[in-house]
Amino acid sequence: MTQAATNTAISVRNVSHSFGEADEARHVKALLDTSLDVTRGELLCLIGPSGCGKSTLLNVMGGLIAPTTGTVMVGDKPVHGPMPNDIAFIFQENALFPWSTIHENMILGMSFQGVPKAERADRAQRALEAVGLDEFAGHYPSQLSGGMRQRAALARALSLETNILLMDEPFGALDEQTRMVLGEDLSVLLSRSKKTIVFVTHSLGEAVFLADRVAVFSARPGTIKEIITVDEPHPRKSAFMTSARFHQQRDQLYDLLHDEIRKSMAQSGKPKRAYEDQSSRAGPAA
Amino acid sequence: MTAQSGARRKWLDRYGSRLVQVAFVAAILLLWHLATTRWGVNKILLPSPLSVWQQFVDVIRKGEFLADLQITLMELAVAFVVATVSGTVVGYVISRSPYLIKVFEPLFAGIYSIPIILFLPLYVLFFGLGPASKIALGITISFFPVVLSTIAGFGNVDRVLVTAAKSMGASDWQLFRHVLVPAALPVVLSGLRMGFTIALLSIIGSETIASLAGLGHRIVNLAENMDMARMFAYIVFVIIIAVFLNTAVSALDARGKRQR
Ligand SMILES: Nc1ncnc2c1ncn2[C@@H]1O[C@H](COP(=O)(O)OP(=O)(O)O)[C@@H](O)[C@H]1O
Ligand SMILES: [Mg+2]
Repeated sequence: MTQAATNTAISVRNVSHSFGEADEARHVKALLDTSLDVTRGELLCLIGPSGCGKSTLLNVMGGLIAPTTGTVMVGDKPVHGPMPNDIAFIFQENALFPWSTIHENMILGMSFQGVPKAERADRAQRALEAVGLDEFAGHYPSQLSGGMRQRAALARALSLETNILLMDEPFGALDEQTRMVLGEDLSVLLSRSKKTIVFVTHSLGEAVFLADRVAVFSARPGTIKEIITVDEPHPRKSAFMTSARFHQQRDQLYDLLHDEIRKSMAQSGKPKRAYEDQSSRAGPAA
Repeated sequence: MTAQSGARRKWLDRYGSRLVQVAFVAAILLLWHLATTRWGVNKILLPSPLSVWQQFVDVIRKGEFLADLQITLMELAVAFVVATVSGTVVGYVISRSPYLIKVFEPLFAGIYSIPIILFLPLYVLFFGLGPASKIALGITISFFPVVLSTIAGFGNVDRVLVTAAKSMGASDWQLFRHVLVPAALPVVLSGLRMGFTIALLSIIGSETIASLAGLGHRIVNLAENMDMARMFAYIVFVIIIAVFLNTAVSALDARGKRQR
């Protein structure tokens, strides 16, 4: 195997995805012929207008959606479904089981993944310490703030000890300050753990602050328009956020995004109801 | 605000509503008493509270109610268990398919709004005057709230929870046991509670219309013999049983919904 291949954690090749059949009213072309290599140990941000297919790409990478065409490889394994031993997901919100405590949530996640019973409590404790939530193990999600819930979701993902984390707007529902603090913490965690992270965000500042590379999407059907590199070692300090380079890269991102956002807004007059009615229901356990 | 008045407010918050409820029942008893002693309502139509109480004590002491109570409770238990099992199984299967939901949910909701008790004569023709017709009617009537709430409970599980569980490697069984069931449980329990209540109503109700035994039958029998005080004593007895059963079911329901 070549050097390039072994350095690649996830490789996406010519992936296109459409929802619904071609003749249906709710047919949506979400992704168009996208290719991308995620390097081992990097944090790659996906940014783009809302509805451009970022979540779709992330779900395809993690095997939660089978793409219409194209292939995804994780290491040397082709992706055909969820890969709980390689990939952990973190969603925007409410992905903790509300009827279980934080500790029970983590134990349950590990039991799904197949972690031996004897190891679970230890791992849960370590992951909770890593995110600073060890005192809240016995709390229910509803008893925590939004920011703490997302830390807990992060802890649950960390306890699975996968090499790859896929995060879909994990801080998207939080206020600006909480989001900045969590961003700094994530940067610290990342510098210690050598994990590969793909991180969807709609915040330009968050992208520049966290990412080693930022992939900018075009309007739907989404594809990657350009990738910019942010050359700053982790853990990143808040001083980076006030530096001239930070602002310059943020502006560069804004320029790239601007036209795509306008295009995307022009599309959004189209009705999307059929899809929204469906999405609130859990379909058959496929 | 002083500490004392704060404590008083707490006391009122906790017991105030109870107090009003007790006062309400006491007022009705008082009106009943006055109606029979002062306002000259015919004793044959409305016996006095005191004579009803004496009859009630007699009914309890002699244990005369036992045979009828047994029949009614047996009908209720069989009807509720059958409706619960069939309603949850059918509801779960339907909830797995958006197409089946689209077909059956409106259909069941429509049937649920029909007063099925109107078909009691048919049930009696098919199943006779004995317990079988009460059980069959109870099953039919309580099946609908159970199946509808099961469809709603399992059909509306938050998608992100299912996706999260699958991403962590949950098997189909783990997904069912650890995600779908706990997510659907509160809604399903509400349906079971509703099903229980209307099974009880319809079974006692149909006993009063066409039957050979059971508490409802006993009450009508006493009315036909103009034994009004004893009839009222049985009504009080049925009310106590119904309140007791409904409280028990509500407590189970609340327990299942705790902590979320
Ligand atoms: N399950 C689905 N069924 C139908 N259409 C969908 C579904 N999921 C997403 N879409 C559509 O695909 C497009 C891309 O969605 P998504 O990847 O979620 O966008 P983003 O995450 O970039 O906001 C959107 O137009 C969205 O409405
Ligand atoms: Mg998204």
